[in-house]
Amino acid sequence: MTDIHQPAGPRVSGAAPHAEIDSDAAEAFLSHDAHSASDHESLRHAPGPYFGAYGGRWMPESLIAALDELQETFEAAKKDPEFTAQITELNSTYAGRPSLLTEAKSFAAHAGGVRVFLKREDLNHTGSHKINNVLGQALLAKRMGKTRVIAETGAGQHGVASATAAALLGLECVVYMGAEDTRRQALNVARMQLLGAEVIPVTNGSQTLKDAINDALRDWVANVDSTHYLLGTAAGAHPFPAMVRYFHEVIGEEARAQILEQTGKLPDAVCACVGGGSNAIGIFHGFLDDPSVRLYGFEAGGDGVESGRHAATITLGRPGVLHGARSYLMQDEYGQTMESHSISAGLDYPGVGPEHAYLADIGRASYEPVTDREAMDAFQLLCRTEGIIPAIETAHALAGALKVGQRLAADLAPGEQAGDKVIIVNLSGRGDKDVATAAEYFDLLPDDSAEQEIAQEGEQL
Amino acid sequence: MKTLSSKAAAAVEKARSEGRAALIGYLPAGFPDVPTTIEAALAMAANGVDLIEIGIPYSDPVMDGRVIQDATVQALAAGFTVPQIFDVVRGITSATDVPVLVMTYWNPVMRMGVREFASRLAEAGGAGLITPDLIPDEAAEWMAVSDEFGLDRVYLVAPSTSPARMRSTVEASRGFVYGVSVMGITGARTSVGAAARAVVDDAHAAGAERVCVGLGVSSAAQVAEIAGYADGVIVGTALVAALRDGGVPAVAALCKDLSTGTGKNPS
Repeated sequence: MTDIHQPAGPRVSGAAPHAEIDSDAAEAFLSHDAHSASDHESLRHAPGPYFGAYGGRWMPESLIAALDELQETFEAAKKDPEFTAQITELNSTYAGRPSLLTEAKSFAAHAGGVRVFLKREDLNHTGSHKINNVLGQALLAKRMGKTRVIAETGAGQHGVASATAAALLGLECVVYMGAEDTRRQALNVARMQLLGAEVIPVTNGSQTLKDAINDALRDWVANVDSTHYLLGTAAGAHPFPAMVRYFHEVIGEEARAQILEQTGKLPDAVCACVGGGSNAIGIFHGFLDDPSVRLYGFEAGGDGVESGRHAATITLGRPGVLHGARSYLMQDEYGQTMESHSISAGLDYPGVGPEHAYLADIGRASYEPVTDREAMDAFQLLCRTEGIIPAIETAHALAGALKVGQRLAADLAPGEQAGDKVIIVNLSGRGDKDVATAAEYFDLLPDDSAEQEIAQEGEQL
Repeated sequence: MKTLSSKAAAAVEKARSEGRAALIGYLPAGFPDVPTTIEAALAMAANGVDLIEIGIPYSDPVMDGRVIQDATVQALAAGFTVPQIFDVVRGITSATDVPVLVMTYWNPVMRMGVREFASRLAEAGGAGLITPDLIPDEAAEWMAVSDEFGLDRVYLVAPSTSPARMRSTVEASRGFVYGVSVMGITGARTSVGAAARAVVDDAHAAGAERVCVGLGVSSAAQVAEIAGYADGVIVGTALVAALRDGGVPAVAALCKDLSTGTGKNPS
């Protein structure tokens, strides 16, 4: 598995299997997949800056030189065996890769009886997929001679991951976080501070994640000589969407090899949650050129998309530009960004990565909303059936997988069994941080407990 | 840089013919309300400002510092909507010959439709657009539409701009080139620094006929310093703060003071 993250190069033919699968599995793949990608252009390794009509660089001129420097450094690093070896080494000896692929047999009984496998990004160091990206970008920052990284965070997951990478690699770290979030997430603020980062509460605008990104960009303009902006998701100006995806491609590469090894075939569907979309693009990437594999992104439906209180950007947004990329965007009729709503702070963002917008438009991936309630039901179900507490972000993917499984089971060909169908869910993060939110949601806390007081303010531990 | 029928170029050239740098004053539309914006803009025109820049309040103004952010947040909270920019422009251009450029982040233009926006801006008598988050690389539609309606397109160049980008940005601009004085966001600074002069010199060397400097300029002394090497000086935050703290009379007084610094050869 040591070479699993080596770029395989563009796959122009569906007949070219991944290097890491054995020949039996490759045969299984080819026989299963009669309509290979041979008559299609490969969707893998899309380099940007554009993904169809999306992506680009809608950024102030002041930052273009820094984006150019980042792009050049990234392109050179990808071709440098020393860099790819560093990534592989950190992934295996620090982050804990490869992450497991766990079959969730009891949970699957609620998904129409199809087989459900969980890609266990929750088992990574810092508890989510975020570590893949921060290690890569922090190494690039060092290669550029930068001594300081800045990051934005909503719930704190990316902020904690950034602070972790900065501590490991000896970089100064400043995290911008909405002032409201710093109050609600006091323990995550402490976590970042323990790791040596400075957390700056953002009081501008709506004081949410998008405003934290605005302030990080303002910091970057003023300090670009010393500072790298360690953006946490596969959005933003080129090269961020393609670069963040690159560091997360390892998720899909591992999952594809693991499912072939465990089931002898490709999955019927891959499910992931989508806020900015980094975990989803990471796992989707491994399957983009496997047309038999359906890809599903589940957006935060909040109180329901009809309520107006949601973060279902692709489902209900319109194309626009925000934070450097053209993509789907939650905006009003005048082009002002709208506030998003979700029980999951990590999905509470009014934009989405441009590659997802493209995959949605060409029909390669489907995006559907999942409400807070559906997500919390799935959260509880996974806890009880599998003994795994997922992040609330991830619970959206689990809720979506239940629907996909039921649809697959209802749509079987003659002679097919539900148990022949296979779904992979990207279990993007663990739910330790969400215990207080969940305990309050399920009314598990005594009325007078300190935890209840914290949880009522939305604390995500 | 094309000069054909450019209102902004004409304003800068008029100042040049009088032996001065042009003074360009910025205010956000709808702060504190639309009538006051028009009144304050006319006060700028009557007190030495050669070119008026009106900003569209936007939810995510990444190039703006706290003073302008607070003003635009207030304008939006008070109900300002993007189409009102045309009322503001019309209100100013119907009462003065001083040209009006609109400063806008790109998404509001994209949302309305670039052609629709340009058509309405031209109809209101506007000179063109200053686009802080639109670079020429992404501006194919705006390039075509601004030609169609004869509108100026003012792009920014910065201390970090490469020589190649300096040339292509100068080539894409019409009216003048906006030289960003420092690596940073809008807001008053005690000193503008040596980077501003290098930006202006580089832009001139790349073929720019007119380069105006903005970001951080708040005093007549700074105006005088920049007027020594640039073709125009842009003042924003200081005027917004004046309007906030002292209303239209304070804007008028500040413009009068700033305009004393525009002479190319102070005696």
